[in-house]
Amino acid sequence: MELTRRVFLKSSGIALLGFSALPGFLTRAVAASQQKGSRRKILVVLFQRGALDGLNAVIPYGEANYYRLRPTIAIPRPQRGNREAALDLDGFFGLHPSLEPLLPLFSNQELAIVHAVGSPAYTRSHFDAQDYMESGTPGRKSTPDGWLNRHLQVSDAELAEDRRESPFRAVALGPALPRTLAGAAPAVALADVRQFQVLAPQAVVGGFEAMYAQAVDQALRGVGQEMFEAMDILRRNNPARYQPENGAEYPRSRFGQALLQVAQLIKADIGLECAFLDSGGWDHHVNEGGVQGQLANLLRDLAQGLAAFHRDLGERMADVVLVTMSEFGRTVHENGNRGTDHGTATCFFVLGGDVRGGKVYGKWPGLEREQLFEGRDLALTTDFRTVLSELIARHLGNTQLDAVFPGFTADQKTFLGLLRS
Amino acid sequence: MQRRSSVAGWLPWTSRRLRTAGLLLCWLGLLTLAVPSLRAQRPAVSAPAWAGRLPITELTEEEAILHALNRLGFGPRPGEVERIRAMGLETWIRAQLHPEQIHDAAVARRLERYPTLTMSSGQLLEEFPNPALAARRMGISVEEYRRRMQEQRPSPGEVPASLRALAQDPARYTEIRLPGRITAELAMAKLTRAIYSERQLAEVLADFWFNHFNVFAGKGADRWLITSYERDAIRPHVLGKFRDLLGATAEHPAMLFYLDNWLSIDPKAYERLEQELTRRRELFQQRFGNASRRDRFGEPFDPFFVLPRQSRMAGDPRRADRQQQSAAAGNPQAAQQRLRQRRGLNENYARELLELHTLGVDGGYTQQDILEVARAFTGWTLRALNRDPEFYFDARLHDPGEKIVLGKKIHYGGKKDGEAVLDLLVRHPSTARFIATKLARRFVSDTPPESLVARMAETFQKTDGDIRAVVQSMVYSPEFWSRQVYRAKIKKPFELVASAVRALGAEVEVPLLLVSWVERIGEPLYQCQPPTGYSDRAEAWVNTGALLHRLNFAIALAANRVRGVRVDLTGLLARTDPRDPHAVLDRAVSQFLAGQISPETRTTIERQLADPQIRQAVLDDPAREINAALVFGLVLGAPEFQRR
Repeated sequence: MELTRRVFLKSSGIALLGFSALPGFLTRAVAASQQKGSRRKILVVLFQRGALDGLNAVIPYGEANYYRLRPTIAIPRPQRGNREAALDLDGFFGLHPSLEPLLPLFSNQELAIVHAVGSPAYTRSHFDAQDYMESGTPGRKSTPDGWLNRHLQVSDAELAEDRRESPFRAVALGPALPRTLAGAAPAVALADVRQFQVLAPQAVVGGFEAMYAQAVDQALRGVGQEMFEAMDILRRNNPARYQPENGAEYPRSRFGQALLQVAQLIKADIGLECAFLDSGGWDHHVNEGGVQGQLANLLRDLAQGLAAFHRDLGERMADVVLVTMSEFGRTVHENGNRGTDHGTATCFFVLGGDVRGGKVYGKWPGLEREQLFEGRDLALTTDFRTVLSELIARHLGNTQLDAVFPGFTADQKTFLGLLRS
Repeated sequence: MQRRSSVAGWLPWTSRRLRTAGLLLCWLGLLTLAVPSLRAQRPAVSAPAWAGRLPITELTEEEAILHALNRLGFGPRPGEVERIRAMGLETWIRAQLHPEQIHDAAVARRLERYPTLTMSSGQLLEEFPNPALAARRMGISVEEYRRRMQEQRPSPGEVPASLRALAQDPARYTEIRLPGRITAELAMAKLTRAIYSERQLAEVLADFWFNHFNVFAGKGADRWLITSYERDAIRPHVLGKFRDLLGATAEHPAMLFYLDNWLSIDPKAYERLEQELTRRRELFQQRFGNASRRDRFGEPFDPFFVLPRQSRMAGDPRRADRQQQSAAAGNPQAAQQRLRQRRGLNENYARELLELHTLGVDGGYTQQDILEVARAFTGWTLRALNRDPEFYFDARLHDPGEKIVLGKKIHYGGKKDGEAVLDLLVRHPSTARFIATKLARRFVSDTPPESLVARMAETFQKTDGDIRAVVQSMVYSPEFWSRQVYRAKIKKPFELVASAVRALGAEVEVPLLLVSWVERIGEPLYQCQPPTGYSDRAEAWVNTGALLHRLNFAIALAANRVRGVRVDLTGLLARTDPRDPHAVLDRAVSQFLAGQISPETRTTIERQLADPQIRQAVLDDPAREINAALVFGLVLGAPEFQRR
């Protein structure tokens, strides 16, 4: 609170001096923070690059064909006391044993799963499928921006000319801005929160700050001031000393550390609304493994990360929804190398206080031969845009869905009902 | 204008002569309307003598030279303004328009460090195989393959491919045996050329045209194809005919793969092939029919048994084969059905060809035009994608029917259909406008003056898309030299990094870390995913994250903290008193900004000069040298240096 007041005072001082165009986002941030109980809703997007094998993450153990088509990599049916078997969810689906940390979140109804979800672009190229999913326009390559950026643009347009959002409104944890967040609305790529600073003696940093505050160039002046305010805010939150709460322990992996930083940004109350992070290595053509193995290790990392994030945020989880996505699923049959090839539908996880969890959503298409897509893949029954549309409309409160997903009619009636509110 | 005065000279008196003269005048009037450069050379205020025929009236000589270096090149190097002043600005520009006549051996020597630049795509595939394919061939996992490749490195120690090791010693990139090496060398070569080549305009245009015909290195096979793409399809034509450039990109495997045209076939092609085979089979049976003849599998002998390689139609040969096998194992009908589904028209290339390469999004075409163009390009495919990729026109996959593109009938048959489409597009007025606008946006202003665009478009049309003529008409236009556009462009990250290194006269041994700075500031080279390429407008490059990296780069470079790059501050301060902070500042400002700095920026920096961190002052030695690197860093990070 002290921080925001200081920023507010400073910015009003600047406003008196005639630089009124700039710190609008600060007044907005202050205004928002003064309205107790109306904290901003936050969406965290996790992209699993390489195509997650949804069938071995959330196992349809009630399907005999699952076991017939995956002789060496199938996860055994749930069995009391057997830690090497699927963890039952609802009598038909079970979690991979590596996802055990997610089980309590599912039981207390904060974690939902959407199965047989994907992109109707029906390409099996990683590049094209990721591109389509991140742009949010399957089948159209020349879309210049990403779906999440278009969400920001819509609400940006509602701001007055002289107001700006927080520089931390949209953040990607990584060295470069992903396609999902690319576009006209400002978004920051941060490889590491701790390194968001000018690495120079204070005299030089002060010099830059003063220079940009007086720059003749309007655009550079605005962005420069935003940047120094952002640095200031972060410095005061002392990112290097961040301690997760409630005994949460994040995995040491790149993904785990990125998730820790998202939690840190959320708790710093600096206007974060959308965060993006990704994790790689989900493309298991060879030796995918079953209960143990490559996929099992990645899933463990995922589950430990999500569970730590949930624990760390505590009651703040009420404002947060995290959704996972992956460009496509994998073949139902395992291949000759004990792996799986590129398929169609997969599963997404949706975690958050607002989530109506404890349920596996989506129409299950079945694994009989004629039920498979092109005779090989889990068929797609839920368009990924249906899931995202619901989160954008009901969680973030942006109902201009045709601007976010042009060409897609997101009918509220088709929403899965993932959220309580 | 000379012509006009000579007309005036023999404009006397008989009516016949008057009529002739009148006609001539009309004709000249038309000519002046038609030839923009003649009009352009008649500015309201006459240009000073140093400008030659360049219509410069609002800029001083020094400003004009800086402007030329910043727009037609990657900014000035130490001493370069004086050098151009001595030779004459117009002479320098004329030379830039004919790069083949510029001696550039020094940069050629530097490029010898990058062996992949001269390799064919086939050689690159051989030297740096796709880990996924290589691992599959060896029957091991990709992780295992990567591990083995790293163990094969010549010197022991830390894994060189790890970023940390490379950040310490970028020269070790040569130990990388994985395909990432190709893109790294390409990006390093691009920076090397921007920094050192004397053919500056050609380099700016190489960047411009690659971006215009963007291909993403991260899409599958394209990593092995873009070296050849830039070298063989883009660079030879940067100042040539637009039609040649367009044709070279259309036929290059990198583009065919990137925009999927290699997969696009006439949906009826398969049936046609089957019919043809049936016909021949029957013919064979009639002539040599001998039912008792058997092949080595005991089947009735059939010389036409082998269908044309389906993989060519179905996509990546290996993947397709494998997928067919695995699918066929479970369900042969479904596999068959899938094959059929996969074969068909793919509109991606056609759409981007119209929208991004030629007419522009508002260029006046319809979805039907896209479809017809896609039909014209069926059969433009490639072969040996995993061995020695090359363009190949497969007549059997081509749609032989008539196409109607933009109201014109195209019905040559064969490869000529696609070529006719390209001819048609290059001659279309929308293309002239679209290309003129893009060039003017890159070279002149985010919102280029309409008069300039119109003149350039006119030149494009009159010269059948002669890029040199279009660029020339731009440079010989007063709008190019107006005060309004002076320093009006925000530098792209690539331009910022190249211009900073040039301004410092730094010696670049290994530009790998410069490449990663360009990436951090927001423009990963050869990694632009969408076919639109990177934006040429300021708003794409001005944001908080990017600005932070711009400042950090300025500080790191001036302080000699970018490994692989050596900055000689002592040399730069040769005639400056290193103890006098104001003299150091003056030197930096004249070096990087030709003395042009806003009074606000100067006052701010001067205030910082008193700071002990910059003065490095200690009580018993007040006359110590100041920390010049920090002063230089401040000037390189100043708002003024972000513009060109």
